[in-house]
Amino acid sequence: MTDLKLELKEKIIEQLNLEDVSITEIGDNDPLFGEGLGLDSIDALELIVMLDKDYGIKLADPKEGKKIFESVETMATYITSKKAN
Amino acid sequence: MTKRVYINSVGSVSAQKTFENDSFLDEITVHYDTTISVISPNYKDYIPPAAARRMAKGIKMSTVSSKTALDEAGLENVDAIIVGTGLGCIDDSEKFISAIIDNKEQFLTPTRFIQSSHNSVSGQIALGIGCKGYNYSYVHSAASFESCLIDAMMQIQLEEAKNILVGGVDELVAHHVDTHRLIDHIKKTPVESSKLLTSKTAGCVMAEGAHFFVLSEKKQASTYAELIGVRTYNTLSKEQLAQTVTEFLREHELNSDAIDLVVLGYNGDVNFDAYYDLLTQDMFLNTAQAYYKHLSGEYDTASGFGFWLASKVARTNTLPAAARLNQITTATPRTILLYNQYRGEYHSLVLLRQC
Repeated sequence: MTDLKLELKEKIIEQLNLEDVSITEIGDNDPLFGEGLGLDSIDALELIVMLDKDYGIKLADPKEGKKIFESVETMATYITSKKAN
Repeated sequence: MTKRVYINSVGSVSAQKTFENDSFLDEITVHYDTTISVISPNYKDYIPPAAARRMAKGIKMSTVSSKTALDEAGLENVDAIIVGTGLGCIDDSEKFISAIIDNKEQFLTPTRFIQSSHNSVSGQIALGIGCKGYNYSYVHSAASFESCLIDAMMQIQLEEAKNILVGGVDELVAHHVDTHRLIDHIKKTPVESSKLLTSKTAGCVMAEGAHFFVLSEKKQASTYAELIGVRTYNTLSKEQLAQTVTEFLREHELNSDAIDLVVLGYNGDVNFDAYYDLLTQDMFLNTAQAYYKHLSGEYDTASGFGFWLASKVARTNTLPAAARLNQITTATPRTILLYNQYRGEYHSLVLLRQC
């Protein structure tokens, strides 16, 4: 799980071009949208595609995204639970 | 009476340190390569990091350049934005298309797509300043920038707009360079910029840059020059050139003797610089001559650097030594003619006058 969270942070920084952000600056429970990293709706689309491309997980209901992309922790939990199924 | 058109401000990001308007080629960066990149400003000084992270290099360069021009003109907004580009944000276009191929048309993300069109630059500038006016992009190879000038001139003369942001931008990217190397449009061996014209080799030194200007109907303290005329020609033979220039000048009730400075787009390509030689060795033999692509490199909108140079000369009465092509000097370059072409096509003539 720790490795997955680290991997997710690396992917988020790279794919969303967060040039000024380092892995250590993203806390596991920091909000990704709004006050935290300040991501927006276009980033949300990038994250949905990332889940599909890199982890083979398709979001059946886009409304789920709000909870899944709350933080790196919630993303990792969701990916782990999907893989277990 | 037709409205006059004034160049009220300039902004430039180029292979020289031109992003600050208080200097005028005081320090020349000598390049020794077959491709050259811009000397980048600290983009964080101009663009919020959250906005910058999705911007292609062409958009970043243009944002800085256009912001510099708007600030100098004392404007927060304009009536129209007109941008010329040969290739648009080609880096993002290439990455988007590569992603389509690599991912077998699956998993396409929006960011690259948003920026992959040619009009992303004019759109991003409009979004940045909240301009809801006329927004247009001209994609016409080496005449892209001049096409913008023609449009802007007509808009002001026909009283469609009072202040227009006009610019040209192109970025240097790997795949484009690779393909142009394959077809020998880029020099095979590096050349020192100061020796560009004596290299006597084929091809050019490819580069990038963004140059923006505010054109206005009213003269003000920041005014650089008056834009008198612009004309483009998709094709022109060497035999037609002198007569074409003569006719262009005649349209403005001028002849070659009335030109105080001619600014030429020599790019060191031994196969096509002869066009410029025809003017420098005959019609403008006794006229002060300037060139600039040894400073800026070649790209579709490199003539924007020439326009920046000519505007600066008109305002300061100074032609930097690095841009002098011959020994003839002029204390007051009242009337300036610019001529540019690329590989014998997309010729343009632009006429400026001090005011």
